[in-house]
Amino acid sequence: MAAENQSLATYLPVLVQVVLGLSIPAAILLVSHIFGQRAKGNYIKDKAYECGLPSEGKVHPRFAVKFHVTAMLFILFDIEVVFLVPWALVYREFLAASIAITGATAVFLGILVFGLVYELRRGALEWEK
Amino acid sequence: MEALLLDLLRSPELPYVAARGLVLIGAVMTIAGYSVLLERKASAWIQGRVGPNRTTTPFLAWIPLLGSFLRLGGFIQPAADGGKFLFKEDPIPAHVNKPYYVLAPVIALAPALAVLAMIPLSALPDGTPLALCPGADVGVLLMFAVSSLGVYGIALGGWASNSKFPFLGAVRGSAQLISYELAMGLSVLPVFLLTSAPGVDDGLNLATIVAGQEGMWNIVRQPLAALVFLVCIFAETNRHPFDMPESETDLVGGFHTEYGAFKFGLFFVAEYGHMVIGSSLFILMFLGGWQLPFVETAAWGALGTVAGLAIFGAKLAAFLFFFVWVRWTIPRFRYDQVMRLGWNVLLPLAVANLVLTFLVLAVAG
Repeated sequence: MAAENQSLATYLPVLVQVVLGLSIPAAILLVSHIFGQRAKGNYIKDKAYECGLPSEGKVHPRFAVKFHVTAMLFILFDIEVVFLVPWALVYREFLAASIAITGATAVFLGILVFGLVYELRRGALEWEK
Repeated sequence: MEALLLDLLRSPELPYVAARGLVLIGAVMTIAGYSVLLERKASAWIQGRVGPNRTTTPFLAWIPLLGSFLRLGGFIQPAADGGKFLFKEDPIPAHVNKPYYVLAPVIALAPALAVLAMIPLSALPDGTPLALCPGADVGVLLMFAVSSLGVYGIALGGWASNSKFPFLGAVRGSAQLISYELAMGLSVLPVFLLTSAPGVDDGLNLATIVAGQEGMWNIVRQPLAALVFLVCIFAETNRHPFDMPESETDLVGGFHTEYGAFKFGLFFVAEYGHMVIGSSLFILMFLGGWQLPFVETAAWGALGTVAGLAIFGAKLAAFLFFFVWVRWTIPRFRYDQVMRLGWNVLLPLAVANLVLTFLVLAVAG
């Protein structure tokens, strides 16, 4: 437990920095609210700004399904990237100790490349069509 | 866990850590302010204008030569901009979703400030890195993870504005950011492979990555990875030619159209803060950090620390100028071009580079 606490204590500056990072922008906004002129609303200010034209249609319009596909593909590939990080750290050590790792890596990278090629050939991200 | 937190809060180091964090945040916000000045001046030079040269203050103006130098160089402009942000009318339009509208700029800036704890700036005489969190074994991963949280600021800001064009900007921006994150993550893997030689344990520590570049920078050993990473940080910081979330020509003002006063200012600072962080990452991973080729600053003791800091600062300044230079040279891409570049060019390139490095290491050991 002591060792665990020690390694967590290494990250104390990160915790402090996160707290500072959240509180400084909030403090700036507060100061700006106190010092800034009081805003008076009027009809024009309370309308969505679209370069002076009257706004038409919904404020949250329908958007292309491609964005959704992009997000799903991102999650798939990003998980593969995350799995590759620990591999990158031990790969050369395993090679030096002649532990068989190349075959397994080749299979994993093969799946990644196959997935990428399949996705690109299917035209999952053809934005013009 | 609570006991641990209490211990940490009672630890005598806490005020010093917080003070150092505040200094670093102050420095980065100053750098961000002066990057805006650099942007305005450099764009003026590129377009044959003079740029900001009017702002001055009474006392400074009375100093003979220095006063007019500061005025003509626009050196007081960032302070004037900040003051104007601070004293402007601070409106919240009636049609927005108030809590999230106010929260968004904070969320956009907070990750940029939080990851500063990870960045090592130089090496102390005893060899430990000069950083807020010098023992961070997972420094790079934490930087990637936290700095990409900035996308929530953009998404939330655009959505909470309850307005068409900010919403479109937010959707575009989020899709662009996650797309380039893939190529970015894959492009740094060869760097980890090079750093984690047998016997090196903390290959994700930025200081270890810098130490591994002694003699030869990673940009020489991994030019392709450096190129992919470079393009990706331009896309991740929403800089030209990738500034899809706020392409003024087709989206009015992008995701921050409905923002004003310092709420807009925070988005602005966040963009430049992300530029500083992206540049620092590139410098640390590909340009040798605080090292110079053929110069042994490590042997100089305390002077070496200062020299390292100066070298890092000079590289950072050069890189920030590069950001500005590219912005005023290359026109903006169309959205489908941006996405095609990310998925069909950079991602396959990064994968190919990874496979190549894997094969070379498997053969050469």
